[in-house]
Amino acid sequence: MSGPSGGGSQAPFGPMGVMENEPGFNPDRVRVDAVARAARRERRAFGAWWAWLIFILGALYFIVPLLGVFFHSIRTRPDIFLAYRQVFADPAFLRGLGYSFTAGVITVVVSLLIIVPTAYWVRLRVPRLRPLVEFVTLMPFVIPPVVLAFGLIRIYSQGPVRLAATDTGLNVMLIGAYVVLSFPYMYRAVDTGLAAIDVRTLTEAAQSLGSGWTRILARVIFPNLRTSLLSGAFLTLAIVIGEYTIAQVLARTMAFAPYLSLLGRNQPYQPAAVSLISFGLTWLAMILIAFLGRGSRARVQVTGAR
Amino acid sequence: MTFLELEGVRKTFAGTVAVENFDLAADAGEFVSFLGPSGCGKTTTLRMIAGFELPSAGSIRIDGNDVTNRPPNRRNVGMVFQSYALFPNMTVADNIGFGMKVRGKPRDQIKSKVDELLDLIHLGGRGDRFPWQLSGGQQQRVALARALAIEPQVLLLDEPLSALDAKIRVALRHQIRSIQRQLGITTVYVTHDQEEALSLSDRVVVMSEGRIEQIGAPADIYNFPATRFVASFVGTLNLLEARVVDASAGRLSLAGQEIRAGRGAEAENGSPVTVAIRPEGIELGSNGGTNQLTGTVEDVSFLGSIVRTRLRLGAEGTTLSLDTFNDPNLTAPAIDSTVTISFPPEACLVLASAAAPPPRTDAVSAAEALL
Repeated sequence: MSGPSGGGSQAPFGPMGVMENEPGFNPDRVRVDAVARAARRERRAFGAWWAWLIFILGALYFIVPLLGVFFHSIRTRPDIFLAYRQVFADPAFLRGLGYSFTAGVITVVVSLLIIVPTAYWVRLRVPRLRPLVEFVTLMPFVIPPVVLAFGLIRIYSQGPVRLAATDTGLNVMLIGAYVVLSFPYMYRAVDTGLAAIDVRTLTEAAQSLGSGWTRILARVIFPNLRTSLLSGAFLTLAIVIGEYTIAQVLARTMAFAPYLSLLGRNQPYQPAAVSLISFGLTWLAMILIAFLGRGSRARVQVTGAR
Repeated sequence: MTFLELEGVRKTFAGTVAVENFDLAADAGEFVSFLGPSGCGKTTTLRMIAGFELPSAGSIRIDGNDVTNRPPNRRNVGMVFQSYALFPNMTVADNIGFGMKVRGKPRDQIKSKVDELLDLIHLGGRGDRFPWQLSGGQQQRVALARALAIEPQVLLLDEPLSALDAKIRVALRHQIRSIQRQLGITTVYVTHDQEEALSLSDRVVVMSEGRIEQIGAPADIYNFPATRFVASFVGTLNLLEARVVDASAGRLSLAGQEIRAGRGAEAENGSPVTVAIRPEGIELGSNGGTNQLTGTVEDVSFLGSIVRTRLRLGAEGTTLSLDTFNDPNLTAPAIDSTVTISFPPEACLVLASAAAPPPRTDAVSAAEALL
């Protein structure tokens, strides 16, 4: 694509399309480009050496423990994959994974419905409240999950809304607690996404075209936050699937993490296999983010000069 | 017939007055520009017309209907932003058709309108591209088409060309004007670029510190500035301190030499006044007319199509600039040479000698920097 300045010095007042798209040949420009390319190559070569070193060190830091777990999980003789086979044959594994995954998906949906309009409104109308909202969303880092869980039990086991008395109620409490846990990740992801687009101007443009708030959120804001929403969603999913304390305290022992813990107490090799499987699933989710968010980065910031 | 009317509009932000006592009556199909420096309230006024800001006082009427408190999505006003504000997730065609879709228009009607507008902005066949695949100028044309697609009663443009480079700016402003004439749409254009305002508009509203300084046709604004601010903001101007010798005859004393002024403020004999003269209104050499002054050449600047000569008049240090068209056959006056200049009385505009801002007797006004 030739930019506005790509036309060089010719055709100052020609028809619009012609003027902007005729690439003029400029030997000086060509020379400058060649020099810039050479400089970039040199910088890349230098940068690549350090980058590879850091990458390898980082990879070793993560891979060595994983390899240790993996080698432990295949110490069963003579069938080295016995632990994996047993895990997949155990109905509690899929039940636990399914339960936690469902809880995670519901948490993501509820969290998005709360966080996106809130972050959007704060950026658009009350930017001075941003520090306060940020602080509130960080509370899960300050309040330990066990305190949160006991607090929920105390509140909802008496009074008019006795959620703790029923199984469904406990599930609702679990989702509620997970939504709170997801706030820091979701808010940060959404807020970063909102910072990358010109929220105010896009909103005003949509308004001037006759759009109401619901349509602005659904057609303009949400689609332009795709990568951020996916990041927040998968982070939340990963946290919910691996969350132990709240699920245990709320007696949701069918969840994945309590199941894993129980397994660790009774079996020697299966916990290692399950850990690796859950790790693999998390990576799969990350690859999915990269795949689904691919190509949207260039579009996000196109709002011209600020 | 008045189509867009602003009456006594005022806007304050936390006690600070942004716009004060703004009155405007724009006819249907008229192209009005708000011109002024940053912070003069022009964009705030535009945003009040769009509905993004509510006036603290006053009323806004479009085609006789009071829209002062109507939300922006119910005004049928098209807006083009400086930053284009195209929806990044939508193609060019979807962007242009967005407003029609909101209005529930049938799909085939949207498609034909989008195609028609794409042709109008010379981007036919590029409807399937995304905004990031277009240049700045092309994006702004799409933004214009998007605003026009809803067939707005009023089109508002908020410094739409500021983010573009000079050549595209000139070409696009011609195109905006041409489309506006073709569609006959009432348009309000905000700019701080006087050349843009003067070349595009039927009328220009010059603003300063939230107030209207002058409303008039571009030629009137330039030739007959109503206030000292307009005189200094629009175009290049010599502001010279003088003293009234004979008010009835328009005779003034300027740097020890006598001149006659054709128009301007009334003042008593002996009182100080400011004389405003455009550099292009002064001729180098003697033409035998009423006003002839002699001075010493201080500097000669070559500005392309014109050559600007700066003279020192008398011993008081008063300096004045004059412009002559560049002509390869003419030799520019030598520095330190004594020359005679002349200008008709009509070229002199007498302004009350303002205590504030202090007059610049030694130079061309600050507006020179805009050239």
